Amino acid sequence: MVTSDVIVVGAGLAGLRAALELNRHNVKVAVVTKVHPVRSHSVAAQGGINAALRNHPRGQFDSPELHAFDTIKGSDYLADQKAVLKMTTEGIDRIYELEHWGAPFSRTEDGRIAQRPFGGAGFPRTCYATDKTGHVLLHTLYEQALKFEAASERADMQIFDEWFVTRLIVHKDTAKGVIALNINTGELEIFTGQAVIWATGGSGRVFGRTSNAYINTGWGMCVPFYEGVPLKDMEFIQFHPTELYTNNVLITEGARGEGGFLLNNRQERFLANYEDSAKAMEMAPRDIVARNMQREILAGRGVEGKYIHLDLRHLGKKKILERLPGIRMHAIHFAGVDPIYQPIPVAPGQHYTMGGLDVNLNTESKIKGFFAAGECACVSVHGSNRLGGNSLLETVVFGKIAGEYASAYFKDGGGTDVPVSFLNQILKEEEDKITRLLKSKGKENHSAIKHELGNAMDTGAGIFREARTMNDSLEKVNELKERYEHIGLNSNGRIANFDLLWAIQLKGSLDLAEVILRGAINRQESRGAQFRTDYPMRDDKNWMKHTVARWKDGTIHLSYSSVDLSLHKAKKRHY
Amino acid sequence: MADTKTFNIFRFNPETDKRHRFDTFKVPCRPGMTVLQALNYIQENLDGSLAYRSSCREGICGSCAMHINGKYRLACETQVNHLRGSITIRPMAHMDIIRDLVVDMTPFFEKLKAIKPYLIPGNPDEGAERIQTQDERAYLDHIVDCILCGACYASCAVNGFDDEYLGPAALAKANRFLMDSRDKADEQRLALVCDEHGVFRCHTLFNCQTVCPKNVDPTANIANLKRQIIARQLNPKFSKKGI
Repeated sequence: MVTSDVIVVGAGLAGLRAALELNRHNVKVAVVTKVHPVRSHSVAAQGGINAALRNHPRGQFDSPELHAFDTIKGSDYLADQKAVLKMTTEGIDRIYELEHWGAPFSRTEDGRIAQRPFGGAGFPRTCYATDKTGHVLLHTLYEQALKFEAASERADMQIFDEWFVTRLIVHKDTAKGVIALNINTGELEIFTGQAVIWATGGSGRVFGRTSNAYINTGWGMCVPFYEGVPLKDMEFIQFHPTELYTNNVLITEGARGEGGFLLNNRQERFLANYEDSAKAMEMAPRDIVARNMQREILAGRGVEGKYIHLDLRHLGKKKILERLPGIRMHAIHFAGVDPIYQPIPVAPGQHYTMGGLDVNLNTESKIKGFFAAGECACVSVHGSNRLGGNSLLETVVFGKIAGEYASAYFKDGGGTDVPVSFLNQILKEEEDKITRLLKSKGKENHSAIKHELGNAMDTGAGIFREARTMNDSLEKVNELKERYEHIGLNSNGRIANFDLLWAIQLKGSLDLAEVILRGAINRQESRGAQFRTDYPMRDDKNWMKHTVARWKDGTIHLSYSSVDLSLHKAKKRHY
Repeated sequence: MADTKTFNIFRFNPETDKRHRFDTFKVPCRPGMTVLQALNYIQENLDGSLAYRSSCREGICGSCAMHINGKYRLACETQVNHLRGSITIRPMAHMDIIRDLVVDMTPFFEKLKAIKPYLIPGNPDEGAERIQTQDERAYLDHIVDCILCGACYASCAVNGFDDEYLGPAALAKANRFLMDSRDKADEQRLALVCDEHGVFRCHTLFNCQTVCPKNVDPTANIANLKRQIIARQLNPKFSKKGI
């Protein structure tokens, strides 16, 4: 048994930021993560992180209030407005703090943090480090974690990497720790603490065409869901306009921020032809650009009928090498084109999960002692559509807040102690589950189920949705769930058994898929990232509310909760 | 149309095997397919017990460095049809094997920790950002791209015979902080890399430079550390800003 003051699950930006905050409050932390911290998917974020620093010549009149307004408008008014303002206000200090910790941001001519324009933003406020912002920020936080690890004589910062969490321990409606599997030995272990901070990231691999890493299976969101933490607004899935057509690797919005054009097969900047993107063009928010790209492709104006060209050639070699070196290599490696000389083939694909574990603006959930931050959580600051550059911001702002509130909760004494017999019983349940899976000899191949799930979600829960296809996909998901009960494993060893890990996680993907589809079918309107061809208008009268999904005895129940509209009245969105 | 390629893959499972072996798989390959996608195909369709790390599949997380046809590379950035003949894959060297292509990277990360891989600024953290010029930042351009994949460490001959040698990635990281205009711990940093298992152990074989998938060029970083140490010996008033 590993005992700490607080357990953090996940070691991406949100998890590491929370862990650092706990140590800053002299609280001991055990970070449990299924991959080494720098392998977390935060590392793949490219374009930047938003804050009203006013470093750009055109950004001198920017402010946290204007940043909040842009975010709220971008969210199609489903974001909780006070939470957004909190994020945009505290974000400024979080970015200075990252710089103080050594993050190598790109610089302006006078040596300040450089900022670039991003979609849906009134001013250039996206701070960046070339097109590898997530990478440098994650490494910076990892470095700081190592600094705390080295500095502490009583092991206040412990990182357990390649430990896969299978269960959240909840005793009398209070979170008490987790059960985790040591991937490299196959042993299960109990981790206990007075509080648990969840930071397991997104769930893009529920879809087939996604920019997300293989590890973003959705299992991370499901573990607390199964123990009573509700999921909020899961139907809102962001489709990023520019993913590489060949394999869905992300091509940053920064490419358009730096001046890139989107062209159809007539070499036309077609965004001008649509009312909602006519003015902002490539700088309209992601939901609008992705939809209009898809419309072009459906109308037969895609290149080769299938994709859109992202043209950077007019930016010139110098600017591309200086500001977009990473995506240039992606295009070369995975599409065989050099953006200096050729346009990049791109198409929209799944990118981000706006929804997540239902928490308030202090990252607290309905389970005592359970906090969540980052993409796995839904505060909600993104509502039904996230603006580019706000996800990295969310991780560090709410990661810190989670660390703060968990520290206070711990110092208040946390919950009551949990009997060892209870812990051992849960450990045994998990051990039995794994033994059963390892021995399973069913005929179904779990990776085949995974691919079929991806196809069903791409078809039913994509950019354009309608009741009929969504219901078909839901039926398919239910069929796959039934087949999942009859899977067989190819590998029954305990050491580094990835067959086992993928099989466990597929259950999470399947259950999340049902939550997404049920929420989307119920919501009879179009808002932000959800566009329903059968209900093409936003319906504030009936649907200005959050979807809340609960897990009860293996079934999913939906209810609704109110949205904080205290700062701005909902208006029609135009860019 | 799909061509079939032959993969010879290093296998070792400590639970059941006394020694390693190579297994052969036939994989249908389409244009643009990466080695990582081929490994996925094998794991999903031919042998689920094959163990290897993977995550981002776009060359930024550093999970999938391995020895592919004679060279350390990222499986996710290596296209199958850029390789000739059959494809032979082994795990990274100089580290213990956990299973198949998964190695224990603990020594690699312990050495990274040994060089104090974090900014040590001279002044307290207050207010807005520190000023850093574009030229000062430009020096860091390629060094901060390091993804800690371990390819350089596995390729380094010195790491093969000296267990305590810090290795290319850790030394490059030391230079990254030394040369950061915001860092004020020159003496401390150079002292950490100056002993017999530090920079002067480097034989300048350029293996790390050759294999680095992110063009970090550890060899040049190590050379700069050597230069900085020697210059200070010759002239106690030497400042790194001179270079």
